[in-house]
Amino acid sequence: METDIDIRRLRVAVTGGTSGLGLALVRRLAAEGARVAFVARSGPAVTRIASETGAHGIVGDVGRKNDIYAIALQITGNLGGLDVLVNNASSLGPIPLALLGDTDCEDLEQALAVNVLGVFRLTKALFGALAASARTEGAALVINISSDAAVNIYPGWGAYSASKSALRHLTAIWAEEANADRVGFLSIDPGDMDTPLHALAVPDADPSTLKSPEHSAGEIVEAMRVALSTRPTSCRGPRP
Amino acid sequence: MIAADRPHDSSAKLLIVDARGRMRDVPRCELSSLFHTGDLVVANDAATMPASLRGTHVATGEPIEVRLASWVSLGDPTRFIALAFGAGDHRTRTEDRPPPPPLSPGDRLSLGPLVAIIERLLGHPRLIALHFLGEDEGVLCGIARHGRPIQYAHVTEPLGMWDVWTRIAANPVAFEPPSAGFALDWRTLGAWRRRDIGFAALTHAAGISSTGDPVLDLRLPFDEPYCIPEVTAAAVNQAKLEGGRIIAVGTTVVRALESAGTDGNVRAAQGVAVGRIGRETRLRVVDAILTGVHQAGESHFELLEAFADDAALNAISAHAVCHGYRTHEFGDSMLIERQAGARGAGRNHTS
Repeated sequence: METDIDIRRLRVAVTGGTSGLGLALVRRLAAEGARVAFVARSGPAVTRIASETGAHGIVGDVGRKNDIYAIALQITGNLGGLDVLVNNASSLGPIPLALLGDTDCEDLEQALAVNVLGVFRLTKALFGALAASARTEGAALVINISSDAAVNIYPGWGAYSASKSALRHLTAIWAEEANADRVGFLSIDPGDMDTPLHALAVPDADPSTLKSPEHSAGEIVEAMRVALSTRPTSCRGPRP
Repeated sequence: MIAADRPHDSSAKLLIVDARGRMRDVPRCELSSLFHTGDLVVANDAATMPASLRGTHVATGEPIEVRLASWVSLGDPTRFIALAFGAGDHRTRTEDRPPPPPLSPGDRLSLGPLVAIIERLLGHPRLIALHFLGEDEGVLCGIARHGRPIQYAHVTEPLGMWDVWTRIAANPVAFEPPSAGFALDWRTLGAWRRRDIGFAALTHAAGISSTGDPVLDLRLPFDEPYCIPEVTAAAVNQAKLEGGRIIAVGTTVVRALESAGTDGNVRAAQGVAVGRIGRETRLRVVDAILTGVHQAGESHFELLEAFADDAALNAISAHAVCHGYRTHEFGDSMLIERQAGARGAGRNHTS
């Protein structure tokens, strides 16, 4: 497997970067020397993780239309461009999980706002930066965090499942459309992990049956290396 | 002429003027079917800062609007050259805006979450050097959240950031949108790619287009930093070598390419475009410009004099008026080939 890209040259943005998989990714990427920006809603948590990892912390809610450009501007402004966007932030919908007949419309809306519209808006706002990276560096990448609920039918998971299913299709179509621009799109199901989100969904799950988010983060960074292996590693000058 | 008063009109028109001055009108979406194999389209991929910041002049308590207009050092979000206005907002014509309260070096401005100090006055009551207090990251955050896009009275509805970023917008270094790029979309770029028409980008920090003061306007455009990536310089030089035309999307691209290619050979560079391009300029790189509809007297219009002589530009203006072309950043477009009689007309292929 070709894994010769230099992570230290990558500018990566991660949404939902202060807990669970997002936090594991921020820590892992920062430890490997990538230039990282992450987004989360809680100011104190953002400050804490930024000072722990050295990554750029951005306070914002990808589920709110009016936050999107402020987030995008801080990502590209702080990193000087963008090579990889990881859309990781997710809303579960109703908590506790509910049958669709018992789901408030607002909870379904919230799942769609974060997991579909938020991903679409932020990716669209940053697509110019990703395409610029692909033109100058050879390839850029969007990773959308999916779930087995995007394909399997789990009663009680209706809002989350519908949103992740829509996201999976959105990702597949964008992958086709952006292929010639050399912006890759991956949908990655990280598996059932021992995260705060999973605890909200399945409070009585046995943690020993769940993957650690650090394990999944390692797999995602590996997928990133493979997807970007077309980037030439030599004959690139210093970044402006 | 008619001012386009809202963003993103899918019915936009395109006036095509060929090298012999012949004109034709097409829907702008037909851009995708123009140009020839081997031609190269070069656009400005700068994203636009929300460069209008409202607040208070602390010493007097008077309201103030600051419009960031130019970088002191590209990428340093704590220092800018800026314009200051008194009360009112974009719905008042810039020319009619009251001046800011009397400003002195050292004065503090409270701009939402940001505090800025006036470092210097720059020879005009409206023009100041501004220093935001704080670290880069916090200042950038404050601008991102408190700033609004600069806008003018011809557009009444408040603009969102999504209105001022072009489809290709990447790094946020422009103060007003490189608006010729509104004509581009991914469908068009895909169609060009399939026809082997090249596409490349540079980043040029497009500055402010109007100060509201005729004397100050004479100093526009301010010095604008640009960055031409290696792949773009190589694509331009290759296209010229093989006889392809270089089509610049917007006046900023002309400024950057001509500034970096004074001998006809464009070098990858980070530079600063200074001075104006006009009738005395001999174009050495660019063969055609895709631009908005400009009126005589604007610095953008003056740049067109490098592409066509007065008679041709008068004919183009008359045609645009007669056919209802709309001006300003959200208006219609013109594609002007360097005219046979213009100073830049001699082709300067490097070989």
